[in-house]
Order: sequence, then C-alpha cells, then structure tokens
Amino acid sequence: MNWFTTFITSSIGKKIVMALTGLFLITFLLVHCSVNACIFFNDGGETFNEVAEFFGSNPVIRTMEIVLFICLILHIIQGLVLWGQNGSKRPVKYTSKNGAANSTWYSRSMGLLGTLLLMFLIVHLKDFWVVSRFTDEITGGSTTLYAKMNEAFDNIWVVVLYVFSMFSLSYHLLHGFQSAFRTMGWTHRKYTPLIKAVGAGFAVLIPFIFAMMPIVMHFNLID
Amino acid sequence: MSGNMNLTLKVWRQQSLNAPGKLVDYKVKDISEDMSFLEMFDVLNEELITKGDEPIAFDHDCREGICGSCSMHINGRPHGPLKGVTTCQLHMRSFKDGDTIVVEPWRANAFPVIKDLSVDRSAFDRIIGSGGYISVNTGNAQDANSLPIPKDDADEAFMSAACIGCGACVAACVNSSAMLFVSAKVSQLSLLPQGKPETDQRVLAMVNQMDTEGFGACSNTGACTAECPKEISQGNIARMNRLYLAASLGGK
Repeated sequence: MNWFTTFITSSIGKKIVMALTGLFLITFLLVHCSVNACIFFNDGGETFNEVAEFFGSNPVIRTMEIVLFICLILHIIQGLVLWGQNGSKRPVKYTSKNGAANSTWYSRSMGLLGTLLLMFLIVHLKDFWVVSRFTDEITGGSTTLYAKMNEAFDNIWVVVLYVFSMFSLSYHLLHGFQSAFRTMGWTHRKYTPLIKAVGAGFAVLIPFIFAMMPIVMHFNLID
Repeated sequence: MSGNMNLTLKVWRQQSLNAPGKLVDYKVKDISEDMSFLEMFDVLNEELITKGDEPIAFDHDCREGICGSCSMHINGRPHGPLKGVTTCQLHMRSFKDGDTIVVEPWRANAFPVIKDLSVDRSAFDRIIGSGGYISVNTGNAQDANSLPIPKDDADEAFMSAACIGCGACVAACVNSSAMLFVSAKVSQLSLLPQGKPETDQRVLAMVNQMDTEGFGACSNTGACTAECPKEISQGNIARMNRLYLAASLGGK
C-alpha cells in the first residue's frame, strides 16, 4: 500500500475524512441558512427568489455544489462505515452501562443522529433540490421557490419532520463542530474554548433559524 | 458491627477464552466499609474455596493504584463510581447496605476474556513494542538533567507518562478505541528531546499496530478521560492526530 492509502484507511485517517467533509458541510449550512433567511424580509419572497436564482445560476456556486455533493456522500458513507466498524469492536455488550457518567448522549449517538439527518435529507432534496434542478417548474417561471416552500409547509407533518430534524442537526453539530477540530489536532489552550463556544452557538442558532422557516410559513406569520 | 453491609454481587463467570459466560449472583455478608473492593472479592473467594467452588479470577497486583492490573467494570463504569481511582483503591464505603453491584470484565474485541474478570491486555504490550520506546541509550539522571527542557513540556510529558495502561479508556469507549492510551504513550516520548527524533516513525507504527489489534476509531466523546484513573488528558489524542497527520503527509 502506498503512503496515502495507509493514511486514509487508518483509524485516524478515516476520522480526518469525517472532520474535513463535516467542516465543509458546516460552511454550506451557513450559506444555505443565510440565503433562506431572506424569506424573513417579509416581502412575499421577492428578495429570497432573487437570491435563490442568483445562487442557482452562478457558475462558482454550481461548481461548489458538485464539491458539496462529493463531501456529503463521503461524509455519509464514511460515517456509516465507521459506525458499523466501531460497533463491531465490542461483540459482547455490557449488561450494565452508565454512559451518562462519562459522556454526553449525543456524542455517543452521532451515527444515529446522522442517519436521521440522512432520511430528512432524502425528503428535503426530493421536495426542493430535484424540483429546482431537474424540472422546469421554477426555471420555466410557472412557480417560484418561495411558492414551493409555502406549498410544502402547508402540510403540518412536513413542518413536524423539519423541526424534529433540526433538533437532530443541532445535537449533531453540538458534538461535531468541536470534534472536527479535535480530530484535525487543532487544539490549543488559547483557542479551543473559543472553538467550543462558537460551535455551541452555531449548533443552536443555525438549526433554530432553519426550524423557524416552516413554522412561520405554516402559520402564515410572514407574508 | 455497625456500618457493615450485606450486598448482592452479579459477577461475570466465564470458564475460558471461547466458553460462553454469564452473570452469577453471590451474596456477601458483613462487609466492612473500610475494605477495598478487591478485599471484598478476597472474602468472597475464601468463601467459595471453603465451599469447594472455584474462586473468581480477577487481575490485581500492587493494590495501591499504580500498576494498572486491576480491571473491573463496576455498575456500568470502569473502576467503579469514583473519579481518578482504580478498582483496588475503591473502598466499600462508596456503596451502601443492600446494594446490588454488577461486575463485568473489560469488554472489547482486542481484550479477550481469559477467565471470569481477567482479560488479555497484551495488545497494549504489542503497541508499545511497535514504537513506544527510544532506540538509543539516553544515559543516566545527570544526562537528562543537563538537557534544557521547558517546564511546560516536562510537566505535559510527566502527566502523559502517568498512564498505567490499565485499559479503562478502551472499556469506557463506545468504539472500544485505544486512542487515549496510545496517544499518552506517543506524547510522553515525543514531548521530550530524547524521544523527539523518532516521533514520525513512532506515531505511524503505533497507530498501525493499534488498528491491527482491532481497536475502534476515536469519536471524541471524552468517556476515556472521564473514566481514566490517572485522568490522562484528551489533549493527548489531539496531539497524536496532529503528529500522525504531519508524519503521514510531511514525513519521509
């Protein structure tokens, strides 16, 4: 095996794949959230539709979309592989377990939280991404993305799914954000407390803003 | 006598390596709160021997918290309920009369059960053998004292070297990862000038051996540090990740 295969298939290498792709997905969340937050301008989705159209047609963003999907798929596959492999390292389970005494439940449940997010993502991509990329509903001008959102969030169960999924996202980020830095070895007496604080803030704020979107639309709290 | 207690123990009994095991109930009576957890097991074993039963096998040596031999998983936690304490230094005053205590061996693929509560931790020895040393003679005390070493580095190295290799980190980890142990050993050597020249080859070899032994990958839950009787810092893991990354990408 050459040095790169040895590195990337080692236990540390696999975690580095998770960390780097995870950090990229975090930057994507920030962009996605900023764009979608334009619905809160309360102008019938005018600003939002414009920004969404710009992002949908910008070649740089379209290229990044490919990188995003590569990262997403790597993160999912590597995550599932690690979940399976790590789980197989203890074939006889403990009868008596007290994980709460030494760690948070969400740090031990990243695989489960990630799987919930994957299921959400399938529904979410089918509802919005497929419609805007592979049909001419929006590009043809027969409807807007904002109208699509309004339509989808009419259904209370879709709203429930979205809000529940944002809780999963929040806990996934609460551990994942700072864990990615640890995995990369980016810890420092001076900066680690800052990374943890920013990570916790991010993990609460971004999912909260996302969760508000279906809620305000369902209950017609914005125009 | 006041303060003495009666307890129910549920102890893992397993005849040999591949034999099926199960939890067996034992009643112990009149246990003094000043006994250590292992002394309570001595009392139980004496009773079992008197009755003609087979005593419970468990690992122990120094019984003063420094050798890393004892290894019981007590009520869901390695080394029991206290922080920074090995099983041998856990005393019965941490329990109360009438308690039921579940005692299991360390559970991990890489730590096969030899008998009852005794597990084979030679995987750790093989990891050390793969690179946890300095290849040359580094001299005597005066040679070390003549090397200028920053106090912070010396302290960090010393704190990492406090690891007794008991395996509680592996036992506590959801992934049965040995990262805390291996990173402590990598750190204690790589922080000091005597160990620095071999850093790259050491970290590559030790991580490779760790993976070969069948330990899991680290997901930074922090359970290892929380359960470590020597309170080895999780910072060691980040340091090892950093050293491994540098050795893989930048090394020769």
